[in-house]
Amino acid sequence: MRQGFRRMATIVRKEWLHIIRDPRTLALVIVFPVMMLVLLGYAVANDVEDIPLAVADLSKTDASRLLVDKLTVSGFFMVTHSAQSEDQILEMLDAGTIKAGLYIPEGFGREVTTGGTGVVQFYIDGSNPTIAQTAQLAVETVSQSTSQEILVQRLERSGAGMTIHLPVDARVRYLYNPNLRKMNFLIPGLVAVILQVQTLLLTAFAIVREREQGTLEQLIVTPVRSWELMLGKILPYILVAFINVAMTVAVGAIWFGVEIAGSIALLAALSLIFLLGSLGLGVLISNVSRTQMQAMYMASFIMMPSFLLAGLLYPRENMPWVAYYAGYLLPVTYFLEIVRGIILKGAGFFTLWNWIWPMAVFSVVVFFASVFMFRKRL
Amino acid sequence: MSAEKAIEAIQLTKRFGDFTAVNQVSFEIPRGEIFGLLGPNGAGKTTTIRMLCGILEPTAGEARVMGYDVAKHAEEVKQRIGYMSQKFSLYDDLTVYENLGFYANLYGVPREKLKPRLAELIAMAGLRGHEKQLTRDLSGAWRQRLALACAIVHEPPMLFLDEPTAGVDPVSRREFWEMIYQLAGQGVSVLATTHYMDEAEFCNVIGMMYRSRLIALSDPDSLREGVIGVLFEVDCQEPGRAELVLKDLPLVQDVAAHGVLLHVQVASEKQRAELEQTLQSNGIVVERIERILPSLEDIFVSLVDHENRQHKRADKD
Ligand SMILES: Nc1ncnc2c1ncn2[C@@H]1O[C@H](COP(=O)(O)OP(=O)(O)OP(=O)(O)O)[C@@H](O)[C@H]1O
Ligand SMILES: [Mg+2]
Repeated sequence: MRQGFRRMATIVRKEWLHIIRDPRTLALVIVFPVMMLVLLGYAVANDVEDIPLAVADLSKTDASRLLVDKLTVSGFFMVTHSAQSEDQILEMLDAGTIKAGLYIPEGFGREVTTGGTGVVQFYIDGSNPTIAQTAQLAVETVSQSTSQEILVQRLERSGAGMTIHLPVDARVRYLYNPNLRKMNFLIPGLVAVILQVQTLLLTAFAIVREREQGTLEQLIVTPVRSWELMLGKILPYILVAFINVAMTVAVGAIWFGVEIAGSIALLAALSLIFLLGSLGLGVLISNVSRTQMQAMYMASFIMMPSFLLAGLLYPRENMPWVAYYAGYLLPVTYFLEIVRGIILKGAGFFTLWNWIWPMAVFSVVVFFASVFMFRKRL
Repeated sequence: MSAEKAIEAIQLTKRFGDFTAVNQVSFEIPRGEIFGLLGPNGAGKTTTIRMLCGILEPTAGEARVMGYDVAKHAEEVKQRIGYMSQKFSLYDDLTVYENLGFYANLYGVPREKLKPRLAELIAMAGLRGHEKQLTRDLSGAWRQRLALACAIVHEPPMLFLDEPTAGVDPVSRREFWEMIYQLAGQGVSVLATTHYMDEAEFCNVIGMMYRSRLIALSDPDSLREGVIGVLFEVDCQEPGRAELVLKDLPLVQDVAAHGVLLHVQVASEKQRAELEQTLQSNGIVVERIERILPSLEDIFVSLVDHENRQHKRADKD
């Protein structure tokens, strides 16, 4: 036993030397996750606001001004240009100077005040579906509430002094992510996925490199046992991965303002469980790969679905059922829920239990499977 | 009975799919001997060594190393062998001392003996003063000696060397073999593979592998005397014409010109007189006919010829 521990410590020391003797790779390993976080964070999570809007208001009445005001106040639009005709709006849309245009015809004000329906034309640049959907939703909401307001005014005026209340008023309050910022949804997910990528690649490379160099053959003839070799190789990378977790979470909090609502200790402990399984997966990959290239491709078989199916970008509930259930096969799916739970909701151990136990089972199984399958023969 | 044997291989066989890399190889090597395994690329030397070291599982047959079955008692075998693989597999980004220390710790060299043992090895390998040098900066010969030092850090009684002198200059090769001799003198058994026939002269026992089979196994002297008939060196005038004359003679197996001398291969010593007579009756003045020993290279080539002829015959049948 003591000999076994000594052998493992020897492997750890050697692996650590590899890591620090290659400062360029080390720098990449440390900086890469943060870079990914910042890049993806900006690329994916830009919440749609201040859509540039051109307005052609030919009506110039109280009603038309109310409509435009309400659009700008919503925060979704910003009037950047004014136009005189529909053609001018279309030109600007073509040129890409605006993403939306509002044409209010001359008769609009008259129709509204005389009790008719004032028709306006709204143009949306559909090339970016996210912006288009947001704009459409915003316009519908705004026009409805404007209509309500005008209707109420009309009724009050005719009903001589009585106050009118709307019969139903549903108020929605978002919990956990009050401003519905995509960033809050995304950053914790990125932390999970980045960890998955890091650990998978690092261990797979660390082992396959020895196979390529022929040093694995030399190790096989020593008395070192599989689990000593495995643990010895994995431990230094657990430390590296932990630095990664800490840095991504910190950048998420400081740069993107996604603060940790829950317990940092719990987050660390559960990360450790996830890492164990993920590193084990890396070892499994290295068992079936002869070259680092092969390992890379094998790893992407796990990484791609992690990005798509685990619910990083889109909520899993909206996925087709095949994708939805396939997500349950990925440990990162569970970890992602856990990280979101802790960071956004401040969820505790028992609340997250339904996500914790499958992940723990997976990690333990994969880890031991990888030790057993880590053949000390070639 | 097995206690005196360093290696016993019985019908050792390794197949990769349809391809047989090692085919029913059997041999026994007594302890304390230097066994040289010769053979061309792809003959199956490395595969044989890997099975003996417990890196590869034999497809069939069995082997015992230092009395332990390689398949059943791999751990016992591992404690007792040192292995230097074909590529001198060292960690390039570790220093000389770190590489040595790494293996010493893995093999469980007692901590109190660690320092003196490493110092001893560094002195033996002639690496004193280079302890802190990164292994990637070492020359071929130094890497080779470091790899040897790593392989014997735990003082194994059995040493496997797979092409230990590949890519190393002649002087360093000779120095390397001196080290191997010293180890053998201390009672270490050695199995070494090589492409260099001249290195076979350093071995007590020689095995020749060809196309996954062991085609000869003997000490160098018996190989020289027994395997091919008898070789005469003929010193005569008009060697060109003499070569043509001898070629047509039925009793002559082979004639080859070596400078102005001829090497003539016949079946037995007794045919010397007949050779001389034939040459003289053709008007060629013979200065001297002397029996010489064939080089191992000659032997290997003739064995391979023989093997190939048998193959062809077998194919025809
Ligand atoms: N893991 C493997 N899978 C398939 N074929 C293999 C494997 N290892 C070796 N071989 C094949 O077995 C044959 C014998 O290889 P081996 O390495 O034992 O030869 P060798 O005598 O050591 O040759 P060399 O002098 O080139 O080192 C070769 O044809 C090789 O391609
Ligand atoms: Mg070889």
